[in-house]
Amino acid sequence: MRESFSFRHPGLVPGSTVRRAMASRLLAPTRPRSGPRHKAGVTVMLGLALSLGTPVLADSNLPPAALAYTQLADPAQEAKAKALMDTLRCLVCQGQSIADSDAEMAGDMRALVRQKIAAGESPGQVRKWLVERYGDYVTYDPPLSWVTAPLWLAPLVLLAIGLLLARRVFRRRRA
Amino acid sequence: MRRLLIWAPLVLFALVFALVASGLLKPGDRTVHSAMVGKSLPELALPPLLPDRPGIATGELKGKPRLLNVFASWCIPCIAEAPQLTKLKQAGVEIDAIAVRDTPEAVQAFLARHGDPYARIGDDKASRAQLALGSAGVPETFVIDAAGRIAYQHIGEIREEDVLKLLGELEKAK
Repeated sequence: MRESFSFRHPGLVPGSTVRRAMASRLLAPTRPRSGPRHKAGVTVMLGLALSLGTPVLADSNLPPAALAYTQLADPAQEAKAKALMDTLRCLVCQGQSIADSDAEMAGDMRALVRQKIAAGESPGQVRKWLVERYGDYVTYDPPLSWVTAPLWLAPLVLLAIGLLLARRVFRRRRA
Repeated sequence: MRRLLIWAPLVLFALVFALVASGLLKPGDRTVHSAMVGKSLPELALPPLLPDRPGIATGELKGKPRLLNVFASWCIPCIAEAPQLTKLKQAGVEIDAIAVRDTPEAVQAFLARHGDPYARIGDDKASRAQLALGSAGVPETFVIDAAGRIAYQHIGEIREEDVLKLLGELEKAK
């Protein structure tokens, strides 16, 4: 199968994208307070974690976009943006929302959402902008169409079948 | 009626089995295709990344078919497609580029090492242009037709066997 390249997501391959900062943070509590008892061991572990962590990194070397990890100043706008981000798919990790994902592209998408909301666009407009570009796949809140109609109709149909079955069974019992 | 109904669970099982088997034999396509194919190029105004050539402005990408390559110096498959881009350029194709999340120094080093097929390079610091194009990763290559419409999207690196296909799409886009 052909695989297109995508940004590597930290959740995808355990260990492969542990950043320097995170690796040392993870290792820090394992060291005893009075200094490491097995100094060589700690160095080896640390070296291993760092060398395993860096070479496969497929992230750019630019810092995250301005609004990727910063909330909007206006709490009402931030709440709107956050609610929208929870329902937008991260295109790299594909199983997470952009609010949950730490992928670079998800950060850029969060920045885009916040910028647009701050500029006065409604969440619906921002969602529409993204759907125009990526299709319904980008939203976890799919619009009603003939493809998605079963999502709403199937439960009703199943419920109706259940009622019919129940009615028949109870009738027979009474008779 | 009852005689027929007795087969219902088996039929149901067969249906579920077929569904699962088809999913196993032919896993779903996980590539995210741009919904912009067939539409005109969105309004882009990217500043030049390098001093020696212009950036990307939608109004200028008209008049003849061309390739718009979304790439980055930190992207490894972009190295793999560099020889094919050079070949396309030698075939007379104009190739413009959007450099995603990149710095001039890194791009200059990348071009010096892997070849430089680009007529324009736009600086896309926060992936805004990439998102506007409906692109979900690097590298991706768009065929822009003479009227400035997105005619075709190639996802992933351009391999040797893709060159003819792209030339065909460019021919169609005249």
